[in-house]
Amino acid sequence: MQLHNLTIREASDMLATKKISSVELTQAVLQHAHEVESKVKSYVTITDDLALEQAKQADERIAKGTNITPLTGIPFAMKDCISTRGVRTTCSSKILEEYVPQYNATVTNKLADSGAVLVGKTNMDEFGMGSSCENSGLFPTHNPWDLDRVPGGSSGGSAAAMSASQATFTIGEDTGGSVRMPAGFCNITGIKPTYGRVSRYGLISLVSSFDCIGPMTRDVHDCATVLEAIAGHDEKDSTTYQTAVPQYTKIINKSVKGMKLGIPKEYFVAGMEAGVESSIQEAIRTYEKLGMEIHEVSLPNTRYALPVYYLLLFAEASSNLARFDGTRFGLSVSENAKDVIDIYLKTRQQGFGDEVKRRIMLGAYALSVGYYDAYYLKAQKVRTLLRRDFESALASVDVLLGPTCPTTAFKLGEKTSDPLEMYLSDIYVAATNPAGVPALALPCGFSNNMPVGMQLIGKHLDEQTLFQVGHAYQQVTDWHKKLPAL
Amino acid sequence: MTQTIDTNTVKHVANLVRLGISEEEAQKFSGQFSSIIDYFNMLNEVNTENVIPASDIANAENVLRDDVVKPSMSHEEFIKNAPKSERGYVKVPTVLGDE
Repeated sequence: MQLHNLTIREASDMLATKKISSVELTQAVLQHAHEVESKVKSYVTITDDLALEQAKQADERIAKGTNITPLTGIPFAMKDCISTRGVRTTCSSKILEEYVPQYNATVTNKLADSGAVLVGKTNMDEFGMGSSCENSGLFPTHNPWDLDRVPGGSSGGSAAAMSASQATFTIGEDTGGSVRMPAGFCNITGIKPTYGRVSRYGLISLVSSFDCIGPMTRDVHDCATVLEAIAGHDEKDSTTYQTAVPQYTKIINKSVKGMKLGIPKEYFVAGMEAGVESSIQEAIRTYEKLGMEIHEVSLPNTRYALPVYYLLLFAEASSNLARFDGTRFGLSVSENAKDVIDIYLKTRQQGFGDEVKRRIMLGAYALSVGYYDAYYLKAQKVRTLLRRDFESALASVDVLLGPTCPTTAFKLGEKTSDPLEMYLSDIYVAATNPAGVPALALPCGFSNNMPVGMQLIGKHLDEQTLFQVGHAYQQVTDWHKKLPAL
Repeated sequence: MTQTIDTNTVKHVANLVRLGISEEEAQKFSGQFSSIIDYFNMLNEVNTENVIPASDIANAENVLRDDVVKPSMSHEEFIKNAPKSERGYVKVPTVLGDE
């Protein structure tokens, strides 16, 4: 058994029974991470020294036998948009390349309190803007299943690092599929929790009303374990729910017999790769065998989910990214600047990549005089309809099932020349964020040797059912256990 | 309807978001913007009469707290990331110019 391939549950058991120490586990994970890093390029920063120090502390905690959690001593990596005090946090942007936060995100604090060990910060599309990780301002990440292909985005580094066993779990962030779409491309499990379930404090915002931090793991059980540790109310984020966080793993084994699975008919349309469709159909049959009732449902406004998602994203991002002005933190281009506005213009021109520029300009356009009603306001109205679609579909069934993406991972460079073409790969995952509902992505097969992902979509705050239904599937299938040969 | 976004409009929005832009960039973005905005116009198909625009997600309760002074990050630490500072202040060139 290679230590870097252990699940959280396996590693935690071995730590508790003193078969291994956290230092041994962390060293093994770090060594493997470095070995494959030149091929995969998941990491922006690997924090060797910090990790070993934290591992030592975890071992002391385990030796004392007090305050041990399922994550104590477990090595993890985090998307580079989540603030870590003293550790560079770049959002994979030139504008933050040297930025070292003075404070921790709430999620960072919670994981530190649980005793988890930070091994590094992972690559992403710049500020989360992209679906392939190719928009990283630093370098692209490669898919561990085929190094010529993309890992998906925007949490591509977290997905690739998990897939390549460069960490025992990773943390991603999902604004419109950024956890689920790369999870599907890389054969791992990941959840976008309900909006407001996990604190956004210290997360560098992309779209404040969509952003959701979520775990990316080897299996559903691990995913439930991590969400339990990071979810909950936070007085520093007023959009977080007061509702207590359930012990998800406790009733995860409950039978799904008699539960209702909804299949949105709009998710099965022309353009889907044949191998993706057959994998999804096979998963539906598996659930039928597990005793679930299968029902066709309708999400009639699916066609409009992408324009709503992108319009609102552009608008919110254009305002959120105003803070990068070269005066208080990050890159500052002030040479020959005649006034402060000149610093803004030069810093932002030099610091932002093309996709970021496109989106903040289009956001300003959609919000500007004469266009506000036609674009921004219209999108907010259709957003209401999207939310109603989910509410009415989920009134008659327990969960919905669909693909995470119409295709498997595409080649690097294949979609970079046409931004609109790239946007279309988010078609199945983007609708959930404007609606706020949770969705769990998990592996469900292969098409031409590349992984296929499916997602289960649930009611607000009902992550429990998603974990239960996802876990039931992983008890009778072994797609999630397949690892890439590197 | 096809809407073209000319380079002057691109330069105008670039200025709104305080983004320096070259002639070359303005031309490249102009073509891309037209096709993206055209795609957005699909929303015109949807009847949204009497639909209330979304303004929250689900957790709509107002959150209030007492306004009490608590210890926080030190002043020095706070401006540590500022590219230029002087006597505890962030330093920038002239803000109110001739314009």
